[in-house]
Amino acid sequence: MIKKLALAAVVLGALSGAAVAETVVRIGLAEDPDVLDPTLARTYVGRLVFASLCDKLFDIDEKQNIVPQLALGHETSADGKTVTLKLRPGLKFHDGEALDAEAVKFSLERHLTMPGSFRKAEISSVEKIDAVDPTTVKLSLKNPFAPLIAQLADRAGMIVSPKAAKEAGDKFGLKPVCAGPFKFVERVQQDRIVLERFADYWNKDNVFVDRVVFRPISESTVRLANLKSGSLELIERALATDIKDIKSDAKLRLATQIEMGYQGITLNVGNSDNGKNGPFGKDPRVQQALEAAIDRDALNQVVYNGEALPGNQWVSPNNAYYQQKFALPKRDVAKAKQLLKDAGVATPVVVDFLVPNGPDTRQLAEVVQAMAAEAGFDMKIRVTEFATSLNEAEAGRYHAYLLSWSGRVDPDGNVFSFMSCTGPNNYAKYCSPEMDAALAAARIASAPAERKAAYETVAQMALAGGGIIYLYHRPVIIAHTVKLSGYKQLPDGLVRLTGVKVQQ
Amino acid sequence: MTALETPHSEIDDTSDTPTRRAWRRLRRRKSAMLGLVIVAALVAVALLAPWIAPFDPAKQSYTMVRKAPSALNWFGTDESGRDLFSRVVFGARASLLAGLVSIAIALGLGMPIGLLSAYRGGWTDTIVSRITDAMLAVPFLILAIALAAFLGPSLSNAMIAIGVTSMPIFIRLTRGQVMAVKVEDYVEAARAVGNPAYRIAFRHILPNIMPALLVQATLSIAMAIIAEASLSFLGLGQQPPAPSWGSMLNSAQRFLTQAPWMAIYPGLAIFLTVLSFNLLGDGLRDALDPKER
Amino acid sequence: MIAFLARRLLQIIPTLILVSVIIFLLQQLLPGDPATVLAGEERDPEVIAQIRQQYRLDQPLPVQYVYWIKGVLSGNLGESMRLKEPVARLVAQKFPVTLQLALMAIVISLSIGVTAGVVSAIYKNTAIDYTVNLLALWGISTPNFWLGILLISLFSVQLGWLPASGYVSPFEDFWLSLKTTIMPAFVLGNSFAAVLMRHTRSAMLQAMAADYVRTARAKGLSERVVVIKHAMRNALTPVVTLGALELGTLLSGAVLTEQVFSIPGFGKLIVDSVFNRDYAVVQGVTLVTATTYILLNLFADVAYVLINPRLRG
Repeated sequence: MIKKLALAAVVLGALSGAAVAETVVRIGLAEDPDVLDPTLARTYVGRLVFASLCDKLFDIDEKQNIVPQLALGHETSADGKTVTLKLRPGLKFHDGEALDAEAVKFSLERHLTMPGSFRKAEISSVEKIDAVDPTTVKLSLKNPFAPLIAQLADRAGMIVSPKAAKEAGDKFGLKPVCAGPFKFVERVQQDRIVLERFADYWNKDNVFVDRVVFRPISESTVRLANLKSGSLELIERALATDIKDIKSDAKLRLATQIEMGYQGITLNVGNSDNGKNGPFGKDPRVQQALEAAIDRDALNQVVYNGEALPGNQWVSPNNAYYQQKFALPKRDVAKAKQLLKDAGVATPVVVDFLVPNGPDTRQLAEVVQAMAAEAGFDMKIRVTEFATSLNEAEAGRYHAYLLSWSGRVDPDGNVFSFMSCTGPNNYAKYCSPEMDAALAAARIASAPAERKAAYETVAQMALAGGGIIYLYHRPVIIAHTVKLSGYKQLPDGLVRLTGVKVQQ
Repeated sequence: MTALETPHSEIDDTSDTPTRRAWRRLRRRKSAMLGLVIVAALVAVALLAPWIAPFDPAKQSYTMVRKAPSALNWFGTDESGRDLFSRVVFGARASLLAGLVSIAIALGLGMPIGLLSAYRGGWTDTIVSRITDAMLAVPFLILAIALAAFLGPSLSNAMIAIGVTSMPIFIRLTRGQVMAVKVEDYVEAARAVGNPAYRIAFRHILPNIMPALLVQATLSIAMAIIAEASLSFLGLGQQPPAPSWGSMLNSAQRFLTQAPWMAIYPGLAIFLTVLSFNLLGDGLRDALDPKER
Repeated sequence: MIAFLARRLLQIIPTLILVSVIIFLLQQLLPGDPATVLAGEERDPEVIAQIRQQYRLDQPLPVQYVYWIKGVLSGNLGESMRLKEPVARLVAQKFPVTLQLALMAIVISLSIGVTAGVVSAIYKNTAIDYTVNLLALWGISTPNFWLGILLISLFSVQLGWLPASGYVSPFEDFWLSLKTTIMPAFVLGNSFAAVLMRHTRSAMLQAMAADYVRTARAKGLSERVVVIKHAMRNALTPVVTLGALELGTLLSGAVLTEQVFSIPGFGKLIVDSVFNRDYAVVQGVTLVTATTYILLNLFADVAYVLINPRLRG
């Protein structure tokens, strides 16, 4: 009897729950995010959660233009060394504290000084931060730095509650307090992250979702199955090969964009003796030969069902900074063979091809291997687990390394760290004073035309033998149920729920 | 009464060795012979792969990506347009090697250690048992990943890793079996008669523990084939473009709805292999069992 | 019996010390630097050096070991580099999940495996025996992740009967918890059922041919009594051992299954931590599973002795 009553209560509870249901959006993530502290965070998937949790000073739009978010605008002085930010008035954090100039100063200083901060390098050009008045922040720079505002449109621009951050110290990520459209409720590692609507959000009139639940589900097939069975409302990183399937399902909708990052092959031109004496270190024409041997369109068809955008530079052909002058070449096996001959290397050119293990990297590597073989390369694939591959690449124990980059808003973020002599991501150990000068010039110049001119030199040198062959820009593929309306996809791949409505 | 029925009492029977008798009994079992035939056929396929496969297993064709089975491609094609039948045929090499070699390593190391441990007892037993316990206590996959990552990614290293990691179960099983057999009447009797230790171990104990070890070995071969698949999945097994059934299943996973054949045929191949080893192992167990008449 | 128990309990200490050493050596075997992996795309050399220092990665291994063991002995398992959470809290979060899954899998495999094993031994070499054998073979030769995805596409996508993945605690919602765990538990239990079935069958055949069973038959006892009271009692000894061993394995080894069904348990935690080189978590979780495993072993040994008193001594 008691059992029956209890059961009835449960059923009733479920029914009444449905009647006054809050609107929930459950999102399937491809990985479990790392720590939810903007200063210490470092993964792409973590940014997906931050998009709902922590607002930034600036944001981007569909064309990658910088638009206001917490800040209304900015002004750069003529010498480029002072940047003044104007904040929205009356902003509040999730804990009710005021988000004013002092709070912005605190957050930026936290990024700059906290031990283990991954933001420091991004805004290290900032020397001093002053809160002029409650809505005005003045940044004094060591030197002009064009990518700064773009950095403030990413994690470096996320503002955290000073009160909560001081209390929690480096444990802040366990219970983050920010100023985004949703506030933190709970997190069970590897199971779920729950957020709920923030009543005092500055743009609350455009938030129609009560609760957001993020669930990490690593298998893409299972992620899609969950979406189809109705236990999720949205999934990120659906497979290109599933696009047809998603389109044919009347209950599902697709949102795609071309990513800001790229898929490339890093070539060891000068990392350790293995690199210097390796095929690509000896003569830059070997890199040109390998590039000529690759058919990017075929690669795109086979690996991405034609959904990716082939490219040969660090930004996609859609980007304003893409150098049309060096537009995408067609595959040319004869030219590749000739280049190898000119370089005077013995064929077949044996290449130790390091491939980090992933769902599609193996296939991509096999296709590249087959294409390169026709031009006289013998690419020996070595699939290793990701952590090991980083180690091998750093030590220079490779000739070619299949590596992708998730992309940054400013073109500088996609190239500087890879091609400047001391760049931390320069696995190829490519180094040229001329390249360094061009990269620095693009950082200092503030006018887009001037920057683009500087990047022309970069593109020319990169293509001639910069140690990276850019292959294509992958599609960002988001699938959601028809219950969601008003969803818009931006090229950064993040999920923004502002403006999204849920139909019950 | 018991002693009369155990093999050691049949020393007068010189023409009929236990091996020959076992073979005769094995031949009588249809299912065991079927298993043997399939295993032999699989080994033949692996050896003769270049002559059996109609295509080069690494030959890609971008116009033939993920095509359903047809008269040309009997098992269909994979994500890079390669002929699946040819890949399954060549994949037999990696998977059979992974299963057989790693379990041979595990059995070859585990059985003598277990035998020694149980038979000598005392400190030897204590040390072996503690190390075995400790190894068994550390998760299999973690041990295998660490070993394979340390040795470097390749099929042979994966086999060593699986072999070493599966060894403790054989030590433990051998030891447990020997402990149980040691106190049986016929062993006590043999000892009382004054047989030397090695003779008791090989003549009286080993034949009695073989059935359990063989059952475990046949099952472990299956596990080893699947373990090789898991290691391939993590990038620590067979290196592409050479195929193994495990890595084929793993790449098929992404295309389950669009290209189910990519998963079905390598899966069937694994099934067939495991089935045949089990049938054979089963027959062997009965044939070797001295109590079985 | 008490002396036996005391001896076995004492044996646990050297085993645990060995385990802790093995775990530490594993860490040394794994290529890749935790600080570099942690940094990911954000490769600031200064920060990487700082992380190394903060987590004592720049110190010699024995020194690191002493620090860790000191912490463990005072009840502190350390902190996750990746998540900044105490390892003890992670363990407390995941243990019930994995335990529930493992227990359900064991129940499923015991009920299928032992029943099938006994039945096929009794009906040796008949059609029933062959059918049961074939079913067991099917279970063991199907890779777990493959079976998992097949089940998901059938029961979740096609039929919509069960949730495709995730986990709900039984204290939150009992039925939903059962629904989310039944598929992964079946996948896990299914392959082990085959192992149990084969061992049960093998042991039953041996037992039924043994003298005491023959004696029992000769005494005119009914076949039912002979099978249950005499043969099974002896045959199940190795099965009990295997069951306990398997429970230990399941606590840490349900890796691929937990991955496919996105179950936030130990297996997934360990593998994610290995790939991220989050050593404190790998060490902490492995130590906990190893201890549980060793205790289960003890239990199996005690059961062994209880069933087979001749071994006592």
